[in-house]
Amino acid sequence: MLKFPIYMDYHATTPVDRRALDEMLPYFTESFGNAASRTHAFGWTAEAAVGVARERIASLINASRPEEIIFTSGATESDNLAIKGVAEFYQEKGKHIITTRIEHKAILDSCKRLEKQGFEVTYLDVTKEGFVTPEALKAAIRPDTILCSVMLANNEVGTVQPIAQLGAICREHGVLFHTDAVQGIGRVDFDVEAMNVDLASITSHKMYGPKGVGALYVRRSKPRVRLTALMDGGGHERGYRSGTLNVPGIVGFGKAAELAKAEWREEAARVTALRDRLHSKLTTALDEVFVNGPWPAVAPDGTLLRLPNNLNISFAYVEGESILMSLKTLSVSSGSACTSASLEPSYVLRALGIEEELAHTSIRYGLGRFSTVEEVDYAAETTIASIRRLRDLSPLYEMAKEGIDLKSIAWTGH
Amino acid sequence: MAYSDKVIEHYEHPRNVGTLDKNDDNVGTGLVGAPACGDVMRLQIRVNDDGVIEDAKFKTFGCGSAIASSSLATEWIKGKTIDEAATLKNETIAQELSLPPVKIHCSVLAEDAIKSAIEDFRNKQAARREALKG
Repeated sequence: MLKFPIYMDYHATTPVDRRALDEMLPYFTESFGNAASRTHAFGWTAEAAVGVARERIASLINASRPEEIIFTSGATESDNLAIKGVAEFYQEKGKHIITTRIEHKAILDSCKRLEKQGFEVTYLDVTKEGFVTPEALKAAIRPDTILCSVMLANNEVGTVQPIAQLGAICREHGVLFHTDAVQGIGRVDFDVEAMNVDLASITSHKMYGPKGVGALYVRRSKPRVRLTALMDGGGHERGYRSGTLNVPGIVGFGKAAELAKAEWREEAARVTALRDRLHSKLTTALDEVFVNGPWPAVAPDGTLLRLPNNLNISFAYVEGESILMSLKTLSVSSGSACTSASLEPSYVLRALGIEEELAHTSIRYGLGRFSTVEEVDYAAETTIASIRRLRDLSPLYEMAKEGIDLKSIAWTGH
Repeated sequence: MAYSDKVIEHYEHPRNVGTLDKNDDNVGTGLVGAPACGDVMRLQIRVNDDGVIEDAKFKTFGCGSAIASSSLATEWIKGKTIDEAATLKNETIAQELSLPPVKIHCSVLAEDAIKSAIEDFRNKQAARREALKG
């Protein structure tokens, strides 16, 4: 039995897994202590619960010590702390940072702020599938480069970066390597030791934990990473992040991490099958549809190129917002300009070199733990009906079918 | 984005969707906007010998507000003379559909489409008169 609306926006957020919620609840009421209270049992109980969560999260990403996990309010704070904290601490060593054009705004805007303060930032171009190439990274490294930040997986087009290769290059050149791992954690392989990652941003609410809590992994040895804190106060989290810990949130985050570690491979296989089913139905029924980002999702050598749960697809000749309007029983998103406040199409799609015409027609489906075959079949069916109806309304589709080259027309623009 | 009931109504039941023969001398075609900007409207009118718009058709690539604006425009200009139709202002469309500020450009595009269709019709008529004279 389908329940409407159907949620297919797991890149934006995920529901809290009931098992995580159950562990959280006592920490709102009976075990409400402040984890920094050292003088009584309430504090000790809270501190112990935070310790368990720290271990579970460290274990998920294969951090060698739990103390390497710094709790924050979420990935935006983690990204800010990583970029600005490293920049401030290491500025005597150098003032050059490398990142990519398709990072989350929390990275890009932190970099922009640093540029105003005299830092130089290189924004690496990506391939048409959204990959940063090892060659491009090598070419960008300078003697004064202190930090490189490349996301594990992209939130719009699902590209999974060759983090191990990029990490190895950074290590070799003595450049600290940060990754915004938000979209990839619990969905793809991630190991800070094997991949030479020095800092990693994680958030709870994209992995079936509660909102308002995240973490920054900060390597403590080989190399020992130092940061300047953004927030001054009581010196919590080894002085890197002052502020009373969100104990129930952290407990839920920890449980979510434990579940992710135990279940992610099985879940990824199941979600991949659902995503491939959706892709196959849409591309079989409709002409002129184009997947944005890497496709096929796995390289011939078995390397995973795309998040298991992501399908970003352009339906040529129909505009994204009008598609969303007719998919009101589906919760999906679009890279169309009309859905953004700026009226600009997605900067990620543009960075991949996708023409604006096609960027306007893109829809992102994000599947997850609670997606079902029935939901995917319904989503395919309702999308196909909607695209057909809107193409009947589209002058561009009619012209294209008549063989008119749309690029030959002198469009008026506005 | 929250849409007004009237936008939703036109989006779900668009009036006058279709195509008129663009080579017919009595048909004027307006094609405005650009695919790269995310909206393109094609509005066509068929005008009788009294200068009255007998039929109007549209097809639109664009958001719900763009589709609704062009649907409403065709509904309003049908039965009017081309001179009357030329006076239709985007503000009237925007008001009728309760378009938010960020969607006003959709109504501007509809006004441009009407004007462009009328201009195309007038150009064709002028060319025909020239041809008859010649």
